[in-house]
Amino acid sequence: MDREVLVKVEGLSKKFSKSLKKSLKYGVYDLLGNLRGKKSSDELRPDEFYALQDINFEVRRGECLGLIGHNGAGKSTLLKILNGLINPDHGKVTMRGRVGALIELGAGFNPIMTGRENIYNNGAVLGFSKEEIDRKVESIIDFAEIREFIDMPVQNYSSGMKVRLGFSVAAQMEPDILLIDEVLAVGDLGFVLKCFKQIDTILPNTALVFVSHSMPMVSRIATQILMLDSGKTKFIGSQVSQGIDLYYERFQTGNESNIVFDDGQIALDSVTLLNVENSLTDLPKLNWNSDFIIKIKFNTSSDNINFQFTLIISDKEQRPVASFLRNSSTQQLLIKKNKLELTLRHKNLQLSKGIYSISIAVRDIKTKQPIYRSNSCFNFQIINTDQVWEPMLLNAEYIVDNSSTI
Amino acid sequence: MELETKIYERGNSLSISKLIKSSLGDLYGSRFLARQLATRDIKSQYRQSLLGIVWAFIAPLSTAFVWIFLSSSGTVDLEDTGVPYPLYVFCGTLLWSTLLDSINMPLSNTNGAKGILSKINIPKEAIILSGLYKMLFNSSFKFILIVFFLFFYEVVPSWSLLLFPCTFLILIISGVSLGLLITPLGMLYTDVATFISYGLRFIMYVTPVVYVIPESGILKTIMEINPLTPLILVNRNVLLGLDFQFLTYFGILALVMIPVFLIALVIYRVSIPVIIERFSA
Repeated sequence: MDREVLVKVEGLSKKFSKSLKKSLKYGVYDLLGNLRGKKSSDELRPDEFYALQDINFEVRRGECLGLIGHNGAGKSTLLKILNGLINPDHGKVTMRGRVGALIELGAGFNPIMTGRENIYNNGAVLGFSKEEIDRKVESIIDFAEIREFIDMPVQNYSSGMKVRLGFSVAAQMEPDILLIDEVLAVGDLGFVLKCFKQIDTILPNTALVFVSHSMPMVSRIATQILMLDSGKTKFIGSQVSQGIDLYYERFQTGNESNIVFDDGQIALDSVTLLNVENSLTDLPKLNWNSDFIIKIKFNTSSDNINFQFTLIISDKEQRPVASFLRNSSTQQLLIKKNKLELTLRHKNLQLSKGIYSISIAVRDIKTKQPIYRSNSCFNFQIINTDQVWEPMLLNAEYIVDNSSTI
Repeated sequence: MELETKIYERGNSLSISKLIKSSLGDLYGSRFLARQLATRDIKSQYRQSLLGIVWAFIAPLSTAFVWIFLSSSGTVDLEDTGVPYPLYVFCGTLLWSTLLDSINMPLSNTNGAKGILSKINIPKEAIILSGLYKMLFNSSFKFILIVFFLFFYEVVPSWSLLLFPCTFLILIISGVSLGLLITPLGMLYTDVATFISYGLRFIMYVTPVVYVIPESGILKTIMEINPLTPLILVNRNVLLGLDFQFLTYFGILALVMIPVFLIALVIYRVSIPVIIERFSA
């Protein structure tokens, strides 16, 4: 049975102006226009741009919309409109029920007041009544795990403690609609997991709008994805993994390779990944657990072919994840007219879903002197249905051990 | 249970009466938030200060002392005030400082709350109400001080003292309305706050704060026109049990100020989100 729609956004658009002065002028015009009952126009005035254009979606109770997109895509603007901080220029937003927003943790905190006093400050700002806070103050302190320090001024808290206290107050709300903006990025892992558990408990009764750059987090809780790109809807739907792939793909454009070391003996010409899936975009896509076959061409002017190659795989945050065995001899190298070709195969690559890049390093096989290094010179994407946090998803078989004696 | 539904869209039927109604509704609904913000500010202000509330009196009292000195040393020759001069000056400067506070309060409080306003959707009226709470807190100490002076100078309070809460409220409402009207502009240009504070320093001398209205001359005309004159005079006369002056002017002012206050609230309510949006976007 479909549950009630709590958030409904129809044809939403919002214009912003690049210059503050013009922006204020337009603001005043619009205000006066509103008062006189004038309809707004679709045209952009000088220096204006669409921060959001024609956004449509709805979220029902028990659903979670993952709002993703790159910096400046309009995610925060959309959240502010949902929260009623900014009025839309076009379209209509209908919010049914009490709205809670985890946008700024610890709003209203005063550093020289104690944790307990600040629970009341923060709670009042978030819209609690005094009785509600009185009732919840103990569970807030327990959730934040700072009972020992609760009567100490907040300025002496560590930043992690402040975040915990802020989240604990906000997490005690029982909202019909909850907006979360990137606040879970802080805090240690244990607390993040606790936050997720709390979100899981309130989710069945809540319509959740969740903004994050962490795709594992998004895939963990979102039931549908809205991907924004420069204010426009790039993707919307309940195929969460498809939306996430699109996000990673979009991430790649403009990621240029950089040669960090080059002594002139050798230069990278091209890299090709074989065994790839058909793709509409430039980014080669490889299925999880399929063979990784990469062909690399170099230009070389040197007669010396004592090259040894290192290929390093990094994830999209540029953390090295794995490297391949180096060539032990130069016999497999194919050299023709100043061209050198190298083909490497790795069976059943079990990297987890996501975007990875290859860095290539060349050194002299005997002296081990570096010759060439190019970072992130080639990107590829691993396709899989499951999203995991870890960079490797290793194949596993579960077997019955007959010799076991338990 | 019926869920509260909020619709955000470009408002094209903003009616003044509806706005006033929702503004007053939010003013009433945000009592707890306003009180919490006010206690937060008061506590944090005094927790880091040894003299605490005394600072609220230092400026008005020092002005008063200057004038007591000028008058008693014969440097300036002032007309008779009808009560001991120090008492007259103390009342004048304390009332004047309250008026100043109420003019400055909406702007300074809104600026202070900019961070919260741009992140969390709270009723904007809570900011004003918390400012009013803070002013009433400070004023109560000023009132106690005045009562102390009354006893000190052995002036017997008259029955008119009972009217004081009412006339004092009109003084505050007038100041706050003025402050609300300048707040949108003051948020945009810091010059506004500076200009107001300098301007009011001069205006104090064309208002009967430290001396009575002269018998004749240009100052008499200006003082009689100045709308701040009845606000200060009537309040002080009520406190000291002097004859009422400017009662009609005060009455008209009170009648005018109530609609002005409501309209100022509406302007504030409508304009602040527009300004905040521009600063935070």
